[in-house]
Amino acid sequence: MDPLESIKVTFFQECDELLADLEAGLLALESGQGDSDTINAVFRAVHSVKGGAGAFGFEPMVKFAHVFETALDAMRSGSLAAETDTLKTMLRASDVLADHVQAAKGQGAVDEARTLTMAEELAALTAPPETALGSVAPMGAAADEPPTDEWGFRPLKMAIDGPAEDGDGWTLIMRPKAEMYAKGDDAAILLRELGRLGPCEASFEDSALPEFDFLNPEASYLVWRVKIPGDVAEAAIRDVFDFVGDECPIDLTRGEAAALAPGPVAPVVDIDALLQAAKAETAASAPKPLAAAAPAPSGEDPAAKDSAKAPGPGAAATIRVDLDRVDRLIDLVGELVINQAMLQQRVGESDLARSSTVAIGLDELEQLTREIQDSVMAIRAQPVKSVFQRMPRLVREIAGSTGKQVRLVTEGENTEVDKTVIERLSDPITHMLRNAIDHGLETPEERMAAGKPAEGVVRLAALHRSGRIVLEVSDDGKGINRKRVREIAVNKGLIGADAQLSDDEIDNLIFLPGFSTATVVSNISGRGVGMDVVKRSIQALGGRISISSQPGRGSTFTLSLPLTLAVLDGMVVTAAGQTLVAPLTAIIETLQPKPGEVRPLGPRGAVLAVRGAHVPLIDIGVALGWRDIPIDPTAGVTLLVESEVGGRAALVVDAIQGQRQVVIKSLESNFQRVEAIAAATILGDGRVALILDVDAVIDARFLERIEPVSLAKAS
Amino acid sequence: MDQIENSHDEFELISFCIGDQEFCLDIMAVREIRGWTQATPLPHSPSYVRGVINLRGAVLPILDLKTRLGLGVTEVSPRSVIIVVHIGGRLVGLLVDAVSEILATTKASIQPTPNVACDTVNRFVRGIIALEGRMVSWISLDHILPEQEAAEAA
Amino acid sequence: MTGRTILTVDDSRMMREMLLMVLRDAGFNVVQAEDGVDGLSVLSATSPDVIITDINMPRMDGYGFIEHVRKDERHRATPILVLSTESAPEKKARAREAGATGWIVKPFNADNLLGAIRRVSA
Repeated sequence: MDPLESIKVTFFQECDELLADLEAGLLALESGQGDSDTINAVFRAVHSVKGGAGAFGFEPMVKFAHVFETALDAMRSGSLAAETDTLKTMLRASDVLADHVQAAKGQGAVDEARTLTMAEELAALTAPPETALGSVAPMGAAADEPPTDEWGFRPLKMAIDGPAEDGDGWTLIMRPKAEMYAKGDDAAILLRELGRLGPCEASFEDSALPEFDFLNPEASYLVWRVKIPGDVAEAAIRDVFDFVGDECPIDLTRGEAAALAPGPVAPVVDIDALLQAAKAETAASAPKPLAAAAPAPSGEDPAAKDSAKAPGPGAAATIRVDLDRVDRLIDLVGELVINQAMLQQRVGESDLARSSTVAIGLDELEQLTREIQDSVMAIRAQPVKSVFQRMPRLVREIAGSTGKQVRLVTEGENTEVDKTVIERLSDPITHMLRNAIDHGLETPEERMAAGKPAEGVVRLAALHRSGRIVLEVSDDGKGINRKRVREIAVNKGLIGADAQLSDDEIDNLIFLPGFSTATVVSNISGRGVGMDVVKRSIQALGGRISISSQPGRGSTFTLSLPLTLAVLDGMVVTAAGQTLVAPLTAIIETLQPKPGEVRPLGPRGAVLAVRGAHVPLIDIGVALGWRDIPIDPTAGVTLLVESEVGGRAALVVDAIQGQRQVVIKSLESNFQRVEAIAAATILGDGRVALILDVDAVIDARFLERIEPVSLAKAS
Repeated sequence: MDQIENSHDEFELISFCIGDQEFCLDIMAVREIRGWTQATPLPHSPSYVRGVINLRGAVLPILDLKTRLGLGVTEVSPRSVIIVVHIGGRLVGLLVDAVSEILATTKASIQPTPNVACDTVNRFVRGIIALEGRMVSWISLDHILPEQEAAEAA
Repeated sequence: MTGRTILTVDDSRMMREMLLMVLRDAGFNVVQAEDGVDGLSVLSATSPDVIITDINMPRMDGYGFIEHVRKDERHRATPILVLSTESAPEKKARAREAGATGWIVKPFNADNLLGAIRRVSA
């Protein structure tokens, strides 16, 4: 990659971090938790975005950031109070700034009118009211700021000046002060720089130089006179002294006029000799490393040695690694796991005794392999914070567009999950939050009428539960209107008018394809997506989603996902002669049905009595189309599985081979999604085994039970 | 897919047999040729999808080219091979009866597919190469994968 | 100029990378620090020929950093360039007062950065 492009990538990454810091800081200030450090950090965030934007020439971003920075600077200096209204304005400004960053990334366009309005609002924060109402546009003000100024260091711009005036050169007299040397500058360097402008003649006057015994090595005694060709521009000469200011006063005149007064002028010497002389003076004024009082030279400094060994006390023990390398490592470990399983199988098939050294060594290898795998996966684990951080803005925008008052509470943002999963969390969370505010929360008026605070609370929480990550989005709104949901489902032909459904089943109807309670497709995140799409995208990740609701008290969406999309703990089973893997998380228990527990239901169906409840029996061989006639459940084994939606089912398989951790291989990368199959894996015998999508298998059953109309159409 | 810029430029095709007919593929699309391995069948898939196999850690779908071309089901024999080809970003294995040879040809020597009013021929045959009294059909891979995925894969 | 070592102190990763690219291309060795405190710890182990520092940084800002450097016998004569977006004369005076040798305004380009380094390095 072009190095500049890669730096741009870094800039955008940094912008995302800075914008998150900015928002977090402003929110902290708003809740009264911030202090002057917070204000400084917030200022720095905008300042850094501006600096980077300038480097890449993102002018509109620079201008807006400048206005923003000015307001924050006023807050930093105390002339602007960190009041709630001000902070709300700044939060919105941070959203606009984020839009600019997105636009710079090439993702979306900037709303110029919004930017202008926002900039005016920001400017009004620091300007007296009458000025703010005046005609001076703040964006204009920012634009008026000279792109260059006296700090600018431009050696090239003065190459064009009047024609050379022969014989009428410049005479420069410079009187460096000791302070100049104290700042690491040097007369020798100034002379060298002047020498670059053209052939110069320099001389010095040393009348102030004391006898050597009285010489103060840190004082400055010499006055220099330099003759510079007339065709050198005055600005170029003055530019050389740009840094030194009045610590090296100069007199610059045309012609020979100015003589070094007082005292006689030393004979004219060539510039090299002068440089030597100047260097001698520098050497005298430089610290004396050999003096007894001075610290030892750096090479022998014990402290320096220590720091050279350790990367310094402040440096955290982290490194940045290209994700590709980590992914490659994870792939390799996946291969290792498969190979280890193959080896184990071969040894198992051989006649080696279980107590043989080979078998024992193999057990240790398995342990090690598992540990390596866990460690490697941990490298890619990230806190969900990066996703959660994007949500306050979303909530503000949805609140703004719906006229609802919302407070977002987040919990567990340090919960870690594999990077592959984290990238895909954003969309479902976005939809669930939108749903919670759009459909869950009431308007402030409705809430007050119901005796609730006008401001609704939406809670977003992450936690680990039995090897999965669970995300919950709950609101304290009105809860699901079950009567209405049921009506819609009946009207759309999703369920029969006489279907007997539990409250939970009614609530979960909202996930059915074709169901959407929104009468108007809302435009909040740019597209209206039904909960069925959300559900499908989550299932594609091996996840589950469910909703629970209490009328008048609110609803909770619960989303559970595997911690990684790389490995899975599975039950290896045989069905219709094929080896399959069922995710362990879906399995409640395995059962060996007795004849009395299996009861026919309808022409083809059967149920299994499990402790008083009846669950549908599903023959996996039939469900996958590998055989037409189900086997006798009492001759096989059943897996009692649970789906969030359809409750429980008993999956009939021929036999169980055992539990195993398997490496997940995508079917989609070379083929396509296959119905009822979540993914594939490679087993110890080197063959591909399919991983069952338990929810999809049960869902089909669930639909069959409550959806007689569509099923009739389908068959 | 069409990498031939000049009609006189020579390019190579790999030819193979399905039943008593000869077919060929652009050699640039072929990644490797391997022997037959028992495939794991995929549920709810078209009849020409024989299943998936493990290709050095990747899951490779195997299509029975004979079935895909409407010529029946391949009876796997020791000579049967899987031709692993690139189709778009995917790797796909094609089951054929036997691989015969590598043909060097030019675009100019390829004849357009005669209109035999057969949908399968129209979709999968790009052209005909006449060779010492034999006829070799040049297979197009563009529509080999199941329909709904073809657009994405291309 | 090649083979010389430059310490860059900036809290922005992007700015550090930018400086790194330009300075490496120009043949300098580059050591990096993320803020003033980090900068001082790097200086305890290395003696750069030129230091380039940002002003607005967490923990210890550029002014504080420069003042500390100037108090250190080993680095008091090292040229220090301030790299800042802030361009007000009082900021410049403040940097100068702290002991800065020169300054570069962000955004910089390779020419003015290298020009400023040449200007201050012996």
